[in-house]
Amino acid sequence: MMDTTPATIAAAPSRWAPVRREQTWIGWLLDCKPFLIVMCLLPAVGLLGVFLTYPLGLGIWLAFTDATIGRRGIWVGLENFEYLFGDPIFWNAVFFSVFYTGIATIGKFALGLWLALLLNNHMPFKSFIRAIILVPWIVPTVLSAIAFWWIYDPQFSIISYVFVDVLGWRTTNIDFIATAWPARWSLIAANIWRGIPFVAISLLAGLQTIPPSLYEAAMLDGATAWQRFRYITVPMIMPILAIVMTFSIIFTFTDFQLVYAITRGGPVNSTHLLATLAFQRGIPGGQLGEGATIAVSMIPFLVFATLFSSFALARRKWQQGESND
Amino acid sequence: MTEGRAIGDGAPPRPQDTAPERMAWDSRQRRFITIYLPLWCFIFILLFPFYWMTVTAFKPNAELMDFKNHNPFWITSPTLAHINHLLFNTAYPSWFVTTMGVAVGATFLSLFASTLAAYAIQRLRFRGSQYVGLAIYLAYLVPPSILFIPLATMVVELGLFDTPLALILVYPTFLVPFCTWLLIGYFKSIPFELEECALIDGATRLQILWRITLPLAVPGLISAGIFSFTLSWNEFIYALAFIQSSEKKTVPVAILTELVTGDVYQWGALMAGSLLGSLPVAIVYSFFVDYYVASLTGAVKE
Repeated sequence: MMDTTPATIAAAPSRWAPVRREQTWIGWLLDCKPFLIVMCLLPAVGLLGVFLTYPLGLGIWLAFTDATIGRRGIWVGLENFEYLFGDPIFWNAVFFSVFYTGIATIGKFALGLWLALLLNNHMPFKSFIRAIILVPWIVPTVLSAIAFWWIYDPQFSIISYVFVDVLGWRTTNIDFIATAWPARWSLIAANIWRGIPFVAISLLAGLQTIPPSLYEAAMLDGATAWQRFRYITVPMIMPILAIVMTFSIIFTFTDFQLVYAITRGGPVNSTHLLATLAFQRGIPGGQLGEGATIAVSMIPFLVFATLFSSFALARRKWQQGESND
Repeated sequence: MTEGRAIGDGAPPRPQDTAPERMAWDSRQRRFITIYLPLWCFIFILLFPFYWMTVTAFKPNAELMDFKNHNPFWITSPTLAHINHLLFNTAYPSWFVTTMGVAVGATFLSLFASTLAAYAIQRLRFRGSQYVGLAIYLAYLVPPSILFIPLATMVVELGLFDTPLALILVYPTFLVPFCTWLLIGYFKSIPFELEECALIDGATRLQILWRITLPLAVPGLISAGIFSFTLSWNEFIYALAFIQSSEKKTVPVAILTELVTGDVYQWGALMAGSLLGSLPVAIVYSFFVDYYVASLTGAVKE
């Protein structure tokens, strides 16, 4: 039907009729645009509706019930929230989630931006270096978390070995995850380690879209390296930085794997994030209602981060002066 | 992938890819201290856990726990005991098969759904198509951490608890938004004129999708496919919540929950498990590095 040799084009008028006659009701249906649109959207919208939108609503409903595993809950109003607001472990999880997100995001973006700027230089084996830098992000997080767990081992930590036996700077092994604050910092370090590649590669993509002529013009005008960074690089990567940061904040705040693998919320519940606390209360603990309440209490934060993203997107359109289609 | 070319298209040939810094104050030493030294530190820190994982996986237990007599950074008598233990004394092969099945199933389901959705949104322009696209983007921002509890109750009620099918059905919740968004970008780059030609020649919409748009979007499909595969392979929280019986667990979950027994951790076996669990993804990655970078940056840029 689609070959366009001169012969078939010449013969085209005589071929139109049979094509028309083939139009059965199926053919008509497949050419009917509204039907086609519905058919094309149905699988995706259906999957997302059943397994994403509905559970989101169900989760909010569960937060107001006393459901447990194997028993449909009944409506208890704000009882779960009242109970949680009086629970120091919950407040500790809120504190640590915010602290963890804040410090890890700052660390990831500072180091990730630095790495992206380093990679933006011309150097041999550049694509190979970029490829191996992404490895921590490709490997299953839990498995690299187990490696960190081993690195943080109280007795056989390799970092302790280096500091105690090789450098002789300390006499005792470093306490990584046995007490509250060291455990928090160790988790944040692991999270930064896990997040640097994503940030660096995304920002590198942003850096590569900056036209070199801007830098050349600035150099001619006598701009210093810092001025070029501050007034060219930063504004030009701001849109991509805002999006990457939104994603990073959302997925750091709702992080689960690292904490579950390395400390499981311990020692003495000091490193619970909201997600791990929700899991602990909801699935092994069986208190689905309470777990859902903890999960739902993350939503205001996520809404805030999403609004931040849409604000940044709007700003990007404004910067380009037209629709960014 | 092609930094130099992307910038220099159409321009007269000149050394575009040298950074402006070089012109002013480049000297070997300064370049070493400001670029290569920090870069090597980054690479060392980013890769060290994997080196440590590999070294531990091949160390005999005696060496593993004795830093005084053996240099911990090296293996004096490498052994396959841990890997052997993992392959023949645990259910690792069945975890592997389950994970592979789930990842492949979820990838194909998501690719099917998101190709059609992306085509509808980008090509069958209709009133409100932008808003459907936006809604799918917002779905990507809903993290699994707030969905797993209600999903667990749904999975139980549907009778899918403890079956890999539950995972195949649930994983598209985070794969479809990502793939759709990526494919919209790819479809956008395919000239619309090609489809108009086909329409004039009497092709139906589905023929156009199947014979013209999809073959041209193959790089995008590969990106979306390998990315979905990786994300499904790495997924943890749903697999942890929905699967209970040991032999149906996925690799990441099983290594954390099945290999940690008692108070004395079997570090050798744990590291061997982590290594073997990372390998399939690492192998896929090594073949398709450019597609990964393209999909990562493409999804962010869109």
